[in-house]
Amino acid sequence: MDWGSLQTILGGVNKHSTSIGKIWLTVLFIFRIMILVVAAERVWGDEQDDFICNTLQPGCKNVCYDHFFPISHIRLWALQLIFVSTPALLVAMHVAYRRHEKKRQFRKGDQKCEYKDIEEIRSQRFHIEGALWWTYTCSIFFRLVFEAVFMYAFYFMYDGFRMPRLMKCSAWPCPNTVDCFVSRPTEKTVFTIFMIAVSSICILLNVAELCYLLTKFFLRRSKKAGNQKHHPNHENKEETKQNEMNELISDSCQNTVIGFT
Amino acid sequence: MNWAGLYAVLSGVNRHSTAIGRIWLSVIFIFRIMVLVVAAESVWGDEKSAFTCNTQQPGCNSVCYDHFFPVSHIRLWALQLILVTTPALLVAMHVAYQQHQEKKLLMMTGHGDAKHLEEVKKHKMRIAGSLWWTYVCSVVFRLLFEAVFMYLFYMIYPGYQMVRLVKCEAYPCPNTVDCFVSRPTEKTIFTVFMLVTSSICIVLNMAELVYLVVRACARRGREHSNPSGKGSFYGHKLSSEYKQNEINQLLTEQDGSLKDMLRRNPSLQEKGDRCSAC
Repeated sequence: MDWGSLQTILGGVNKHSTSIGKIWLTVLFIFRIMILVVAAERVWGDEQDDFICNTLQPGCKNVCYDHFFPISHIRLWALQLIFVSTPALLVAMHVAYRRHEKKRQFRKGDQKCEYKDIEEIRSQRFHIEGALWWTYTCSIFFRLVFEAVFMYAFYFMYDGFRMPRLMKCSAWPCPNTVDCFVSRPTEKTVFTIFMIAVSSICILLNVAELCYLLTKFFLRRSKKAGNQKHHPNHENKEETKQNEMNELISDSCQNTVIGFT
Repeated sequence: MNWAGLYAVLSGVNRHSTAIGRIWLSVIFIFRIMVLVVAAESVWGDEKSAFTCNTQQPGCNSVCYDHFFPVSHIRLWALQLILVTTPALLVAMHVAYQQHQEKKLLMMTGHGDAKHLEEVKKHKMRIAGSLWWTYVCSVVFRLLFEAVFMYLFYMIYPGYQMVRLVKCEAYPCPNTVDCFVSRPTEKTIFTVFMLVTSSICIVLNMAELVYLVVRACARRGREHSNPSGKGSFYGHKLSSEYKQNEINQLLTEQDGSLKDMLRRNPSLQEKGDRCSAC
């Protein structure tokens, strides 16, 4: 189970996303996950081995490293990416549930069901409306919250986004104050800023998607209200007509049956 | 065979699980197995090489590491995840057995064509009858394994916090020696994370157990009040097909008798034409 499997799972959600959602997913996979796997992991690969302290005191290096890096950048980003991509599974579960209901209707032979084939149900794309709209909006909201929380955690833990070259450590068992040198600080700063920038872009995309969904919702509502005003009970009229026809047919059937007996 | 292989095997079980079961499976794969593979394994990667003791005595480092870490966290979690996900295979085996029986039944009753056999493979089994017992057993085993491993964890590593320093007196270390663990804070964070997800999984399993028991009791109550309405776990789909066949037969008979009557009473033909249900 690795990033590839996550991509497979989330690829399915792509079909039911808005265009902004699809862009967000692409940015997530190419500019964040891929960069993490092919580049960032190598940069941080020797973070502890090459963390050198100016002392021969055994244990001082371990303690100082642990003091300044409670959790590695790479792990924080990995957790952030997992948490940020998981709300999309809510949408996937909702779509799967709707598909399951439609398949049940189809199998029962419901006349309301307009599908010719069960394969059509499987490949059908659902519009983001009704309960699915709420699920989708919640998932975007959670994404935003997780992104913000992780960015704050990052800033809080590492006091800004810059990686210093030198750290002064006086934790036991280090004798007095000891100079410790970080491996590849500039490269780490570059990648940290890159990941922060892409994270901000993702936040912007999520906010834009949220605005888009809200705008669509209000537009649809006003259209419905307008329709109701000009064509009161427009939909109900068609249903009543159908009901009347059904009644006539059943009446005539009954007469026929009575005539036979 | 790796985690991806296990994922492939268990995805098949997903189809015959309850909704809570599917959520449980997602939590296991995304928040436990995936976090283990992409994050936790690299945190514990240098646990032995970076375990430093304040001594030059050869062998002291190895002996102290072995004394304080009899089984690494990573290995314990891997074992836990494998044992916890395996009871779902009981369900998979039972479903496969039921499908085999259904196929045999179909062939015996003359419906053994490829289309019907495909339908058997595709349709979702109801969790009823002996499958219900198998499913409940698998959930109970899952709970048991989770609880046992959490207890084992607590026994081997009292408290869930990783200490920075351990004092070691094992031979050949001279007297007491300070040994320093690598990345203790990061390890504590991940230990707590895995513990929390394990607890969430335990809660989900208990909820699923309660749901299954309540559903079974409700079904039993319905059966008591309506004894004719039960379906066999075997031919649930088949019985509905046979029902449809019976209905079709009745319709054709009725059609035939209606046609006879129409022939005998041509005056009723007009009225009959208007009747679309006949």
